Amino acid sequence: MNTTSWAKWPIVAALVLALLWLVFGVYAAGQPLWAVAGLTFGGLALYVYASARTLAWRYLFPGVAGMLVFVAFPLLYTMQIGFTNYSASNLLGVERARAYLLDQAIADEDQALTFTLHAEGAALRLVLTPPDGGAGFISPPLPLGPAVAKGASLIRMQAVPADKRVQAAPLSLREVLNHREALMELKLDLPDGRRLSYAGVREFGTIEPLWLANPDGSLTQQATGSTYRPNQETGFFENPQGERIQPGFKVGVGWANYSRMLFDADVRGPFVSIFVWTVVFAGLTVLFSTALGMTLAVVLNWEALRFRTLYRTLLFLPYAVPGFISILVFKGLFNQNFGEINAILNAVFGIRPAWFADPTLAKAMLLIVNTWLGYPYIMVLCTGLIKAIPADLYEASAIAGAKPLTNFFKITVPLIARPLTPLLISAFAFNFNNFVLISLLTDGRPDYLNTKLPAGTTDILVSYTYRIAFTDAGTNFGLAAAISTLIFFMVALMSMANLKLAKINEEKRA
Amino acid sequence: MAIVTGKSQRWRIVATHAGLCLLVAVTLFPLLAVISISLRPGNFSTGSLIPSEISLEHWKLALGFSYSAADGTLVTPPFPVLLWLWNSIKIASVSALLIVAISTTAAYAFARMKFAHKNTILNSMLLLQMFPVAVALVAIFAIFEGLGSYIPWLGIETHAGLIIAYLGGVAMHIWTIKGYFETIPTEIEECAKVDGATHWQAFQYVLLPMSVPILMVVFVLAFIGTIIEYPVASVLLREEPNLTLAVGLQVLPV
Repeated sequence: MNTTSWAKWPIVAALVLALLWLVFGVYAAGQPLWAVAGLTFGGLALYVYASARTLAWRYLFPGVAGMLVFVAFPLLYTMQIGFTNYSASNLLGVERARAYLLDQAIADEDQALTFTLHAEGAALRLVLTPPDGGAGFISPPLPLGPAVAKGASLIRMQAVPADKRVQAAPLSLREVLNHREALMELKLDLPDGRRLSYAGVREFGTIEPLWLANPDGSLTQQATGSTYRPNQETGFFENPQGERIQPGFKVGVGWANYSRMLFDADVRGPFVSIFVWTVVFAGLTVLFSTALGMTLAVVLNWEALRFRTLYRTLLFLPYAVPGFISILVFKGLFNQNFGEINAILNAVFGIRPAWFADPTLAKAMLLIVNTWLGYPYIMVLCTGLIKAIPADLYEASAIAGAKPLTNFFKITVPLIARPLTPLLISAFAFNFNNFVLISLLTDGRPDYLNTKLPAGTTDILVSYTYRIAFTDAGTNFGLAAAISTLIFFMVALMSMANLKLAKINEEKRA
Repeated sequence: MAIVTGKSQRWRIVATHAGLCLLVAVTLFPLLAVISISLRPGNFSTGSLIPSEISLEHWKLALGFSYSAADGTLVTPPFPVLLWLWNSIKIASVSALLIVAISTTAAYAFARMKFAHKNTILNSMLLLQMFPVAVALVAIFAIFEGLGSYIPWLGIETHAGLIIAYLGGVAMHIWTIKGYFETIPTEIEECAKVDGATHWQAFQYVLLPMSVPILMVVFVLAFIGTIIEYPVASVLLREEPNLTLAVGLQVLPV
């Protein structure tokens, strides 16, 4: 028992109260999900640090909590979005979509009253005049400015005879325009029960809502009288003829996004070719960087060669430069008209290839750049692995009169292949999702010309997903999330194979 | 290794040197080209690799100074590059420190303590880390928008929010530190405990000072990892004065 233990329980009790107060505040603000999440995490944290039985978890909690909140939760949330029609046209919940529609209104031109603003000290008085010039209405002094624009205010107007107007001259149109934002928030209640809002730079008018709410949750269009019911299948308000109104709302659509990916010809066409290119891109990148990196590692391990450390340092440099910088540099170097690479090609061969406009050349460029970025890593890995090979094997092969190529294929490769495989699989998984390279170098372009959703010939799955989710032509979060889920399962499979291989290696060594 | 070498050895060495020199030239060409272009006057990327005329005008703009052009007009820096660099360094240092703190304690638990499902938790953390962050951007954006409505200094457009977002990526670092801890004999800490040290004291005064090298390595890895991170930063930061260098540089016209 140390001296602080007497203070422990009061402090815990105080923290529990503080947590409950916070959670209740969030719940009262109408966010039950956030409240539950806060309660779970706060409660767990308190339990872990207050209980005597959770010693190990005191060390683990921050790391595990970080993973859960910023890796696992986004993952689950993404999976859940994959089963909905969440997109730019179906952004809101059904309640908020209904509220949005009920807010829509149209101004009635015939009932408009012209208004003028008159300064009275720091405040302004608003005066309404009917078209016939008869008795008007006047507001109390208003502190019009950015402050009043926040709390949209109901203003009670008083009737005032035509001859008893305010003394000050009306503000000029330009000054009125300065107050436009504040004026747009005002709602004026006239003594006869009419309610007016801003209807133009000179007028306030009555406004008619476009929609009427019915008790069963449907909406009636005022102009036509037809009734639109919320359709929980499609996520839109629909009338009996099946006409939809925008905006729709977010509903669960089951496996629709996945079946679209596999069976809808518009989506499947680019999806299949992008998938193939993703695998080809990741596979060839790993193949090229391994071939180059391994060769270099072997050559730089040759004792007869001088300046090996210098070569190794210089060849390692691409790895030391941040990717976002070197990719930008390559973007400049490959430029068709001003790039250094085309300048050299033009001088030597007299050609100027269009690296960014031709799909095949763009793919070649991506592979060149990615090999440049990737081989130092493999080189360093292989150098370490080759150092571990016993030298007597090479002595024996020298006695047998073997040539360097025989040494490489019969001794070096078989001995480093096994420990290298898990690392190559993770390199494959990394390049499978190499979003930064694609989005910074080509951004997926050149695009396919005949697709509904934007899709590029150099897009890999991740950048394609990003496009579907975030570019203006698509913003289909649901479909993007479904593809993301698919990517996750592929990557998870690769990683599990990886862990298995690593385990087999360890057992072999033991 | 003393091995009798054949006559062809010398030619092979010369050929290898030639090949390596060519490769080094190809590797370094893009890097040298950048330096060369940055020193050339005007906005021309073509020209000889060694500039005939050296001008520091681009460097002045990048470092936030104005310079007067040949025709007498004053050119002011178009982008706050130094501010972006400072943002990047600030965010990367703070998050790397926090990542080291979090992953060291977690690695200690994984390396030294016994608790249920230890391997399952570690393996699932490694698997989760494989999930590409670029595809979870919608969810991450939604989380920080929600968070920001209650705690404004953790929301979108805040550096604190971005730092918090980076704290999820600790699995690989935990794995690295755990491997190092396992090479240190447990007996040393047990001695400390026999002498009356608590769990935390054995960790703080015995194990930590012995693992400074790996903590430095993890700090550097985490620092580099955050300073070059692009997708999350590009979604959470959008205002020009807030950007990190990785996001800001992509705004520059190339």
